[in-house]
Amino acid sequence: MEHLELFFKSIFIDNMVFATFLGMCSYLAVSKKVSTAVGLGAAVVFVLAVTVPVNWLLDQYILQPGALQWLGEEYADYDLSFLSFIMFIATIATMVQLVEIIVEKFAPALYNSLGIFLPLIAVNCAILGGSLFMQSREIQSIGLAFNYGISSGIGWFLAILAIAAIREKIRYSNVPAPLRGLGITFIITGLMAIGFMSFGGMLTGGDEEKKEEKTAKVEEEKASKEIADNTIKIVE
Amino acid sequence: MGLKQNLHNLKKKYEGTKMAPLFNGFHTFLYTPDEVTHNGTHIKVVDDLKRTMNTVIMALIPCLIFGMFNAGYQHYLAIGEIEAVSSGFFSAEFWTLDNFLIGAIKVLPLVVVSYVVGLAIEFVFCIIKGHEIEEGYLVTGMLVPLIVPVDIPLWMLAVAVAFGVVIGKEVFGGTGMNILNPALTIRAFLFFAYPTWMSGDKVWVHGAVERAEEIAGGANLDAISGETILGSLAQGNSAGYSVADMFFGFIPGSVGETSALLILIGALFLIFTKIGSWRIMLSSVVGALAMGLIFNGVVSSGWITESSKFYGLMSTEFWHHLLIGGFAFGTVFMATDPVTASQTNKGKWIYGFLVGFISILIRVFNPAYPEGVMLAILLMNVFAPTIDHYVVQANVKKRMKRLKVKTA
Repeated sequence: MEHLELFFKSIFIDNMVFATFLGMCSYLAVSKKVSTAVGLGAAVVFVLAVTVPVNWLLDQYILQPGALQWLGEEYADYDLSFLSFIMFIATIATMVQLVEIIVEKFAPALYNSLGIFLPLIAVNCAILGGSLFMQSREIQSIGLAFNYGISSGIGWFLAILAIAAIREKIRYSNVPAPLRGLGITFIITGLMAIGFMSFGGMLTGGDEEKKEEKTAKVEEEKASKEIADNTIKIVE
Repeated sequence: MGLKQNLHNLKKKYEGTKMAPLFNGFHTFLYTPDEVTHNGTHIKVVDDLKRTMNTVIMALIPCLIFGMFNAGYQHYLAIGEIEAVSSGFFSAEFWTLDNFLIGAIKVLPLVVVSYVVGLAIEFVFCIIKGHEIEEGYLVTGMLVPLIVPVDIPLWMLAVAVAFGVVIGKEVFGGTGMNILNPALTIRAFLFFAYPTWMSGDKVWVHGAVERAEEIAGGANLDAISGETILGSLAQGNSAGYSVADMFFGFIPGSVGETSALLILIGALFLIFTKIGSWRIMLSSVVGALAMGLIFNGVVSSGWITESSKFYGLMSTEFWHHLLIGGFAFGTVFMATDPVTASQTNKGKWIYGFLVGFISILIRVFNPAYPEGVMLAILLMNVFAPTIDHYVVQANVKKRMKRLKVKTA
């Protein structure tokens, strides 16, 4: 049930493109034809499916505060989370290189049509976003991390597939000249996001927002308390 | 003569100028054009875009008139001046002049604002672009007042119509090019921009909001509650209306969406004139019933308890979903929009099924958005080109295979 919920949630509710607007550069640039969009989408699903669990392991056993405990008690205090970005990016770059080699070997036509965008997946914000969301949402197990990687990849895949089909459909539309090309694509993306808003707040029914409010309040209280403590210290 | 001749003359006078499309539009809306072709063979057809649009409007008129009566009826019923209907569809309590007058005063301004704002924008775009007036707004302008709550402030409607027509349609190049149904774009804009006026238990009955303000101001009156059936079910209460009420439409709701009976008549009319796609309507109903059956199954197998917040809507009889809320109206008049729906026959089956399936899914699982059908149709509009693409590709593949067999 937990898996199913996460799967549904990351495809539709927290869709990478329509809820967080991540990975827009390749989403806008490679969506002119459905076939290339499918290729890139599949590559993103694959890369996310590999990098998120790997980064989960990194996060769990190296980066988190206290993650190094398995080395011995004296390492329990270390907090390497400031290294997250660089470690995650390194994993992603390695994996993308791997994908590139595989695609070039087995699907040269796809390799040619993806062109520069395949290496650019390395800096696709949706991929890094997947790993960072995994960290910030505190995903509990490696199975869930794998699930999260795949499903948010599928969400992105659906988005680019839909917009590619729409762009093929409106190719002959009489769009006002200033809006042709990217302009209309941005407008379409906005309208598609309205369609995807149907899932906002589903399953939780608004509970999540309340929780966020609560944690924000707690943090605020903490912060104000700290400030108060500090002022007391200064006064002393 | 008279008006017709005048229009002819005006058209001649403005021919070739920027304003020409304006007069042309009015002229052909009312009369057949006076130009005739002189040579060659021509196919004569009567169902041009204007006639198509007019047919849909004819199918909508009963809903509009019923909506007016119902607006007044709900108002008087809520303030306790009349009794609830007792004797079927032609109850004398319902079809009174008082009901109609209140309804007309509230509903006609909605129609006028929707048409004036929408057509003005459309005319401006036509004059700038220098092409003929497109008739696409005729139906949208009639649909919009039917899918908003009766008490919606007129300026909100005007803003939403402007948004829907410009961003939803004109930027794509006008009628026939849009990807989302303009009427639903307008409603979605209203829904997300002014949620207090589009949901809750006050807006569906005329006078409820004012009454609430009076009470807050200290007046000694009874509060009016105009909860829709979906709203009260989502909160775990019972529907409070009989199935006959739901079917005939004596329930609170958006102006034109309440009467399943009249929508059914409209649907038959559209199918008979071959303007609405029966494939979409049928498959959408099947999809909704399937989802409803699944939810009923979940309830009867005891997977969820009565304390669950989804219990109220999940345990609703599966076929009641067709009668309550905007499902019937959306399926018949919005999902079948020939521009934004799937174009291929196989695609229509898939598209319609998913519309029905997802609307009930959203309705049940998303208590924040009780009107799932609007969002489900918008979502499927987004995916309709994808469905079409794959249906076409599958067909190409099949025929390629045949070709190979022949040549081999």
